[in-house]
Amino acid sequence: MAAREPISVRLEQREGAAIVSVGGEIGYQEAPALRNWIRQAYDKKPEKLVIDLAGVSYMATPGLATLVEALQIAKKTRARLVLCGLNDRVRAVFEIARLDTVFVLAPNIEQALETKNES
Amino acid sequence: MSDKPDLRVELVSNPQYLSGVREMVSQVSRRLGFSDLQCSQLALAVDEALANVMKHGYDRQPDGRIWLDLTPLPDNGHGVGVKIVIEDEAKQIDPLLIKGRDLEDIRPGGLGVHIIREVMDYAVYEKRGDKGMRLTMMKRQASPPKPGSQACADPGERRGAGDAHGGS
Repeated sequence: MAAREPISVRLEQREGAAIVSVGGEIGYQEAPALRNWIRQAYDKKPEKLVIDLAGVSYMATPGLATLVEALQIAKKTRARLVLCGLNDRVRAVFEIARLDTVFVLAPNIEQALETKNES
Repeated sequence: MSDKPDLRVELVSNPQYLSGVREMVSQVSRRLGFSDLQCSQLALAVDEALANVMKHGYDRQPDGRIWLDLTPLPDNGHGVGVKIVIEDEAKQIDPLLIKGRDLEDIRPGGLGVHIIREVMDYAVYEKRGDKGMRLTMMKRQASPPKPGSQACADPGERRGAGDAHGGS
């Protein structure tokens, strides 16, 4: 029997942006799946990548590391990365790691799409 | 009072068990009286510690043994608490070499120990006899001011020469 996909991910494109909507818990075991989806999103060469974390109930450091990688790719490709939808628990992990000021954060997808493209 | 833990879990170093263990830690912590955020933080600290053992201690081999002991601590004026001990039979490292990384260096990985240090009141690594490592962590409902970094013994990353146990 095949292993269950550890997270749920939906990839869509809107207004020149790629949107990756993630659900589930992002720990050591799940982070590689998220990394694959983010790379797929970058393959579409978006001007902006929005990662919607509204469905993420838990985030550990492998998830943070994956998002830092996404930020590094964004800088290399001159894309804009915006994270949105962080719940209080996930935001607390960003704050502990002092990454809350490193990423551009938005409350939701709509406001993430409205952020300006220049870094 | 018995020196045996109230709860002991033995698992293999397979990441598929991480979600179950953190769920258990979160639920038990809630029953002990911790807030939702504290339960989440306790689960996070345990998750980071276990993942570190699996990834760096056992080099991702999924058949190493890991033990997690959990013991409630009575109220000492800072609320009730919990003591969590994680032991393994993985390669040993000098605890003094265990370091967290500089947070100003924005790069993937290496954050696990920083997280443990931040969310727990106390976290100390030590060698476990001649085989494996032991991480002892404690947290109370109302966290007292943290002792100096020396007293906290810098749980650091399980990192040694060549980053043997490092990163997260």
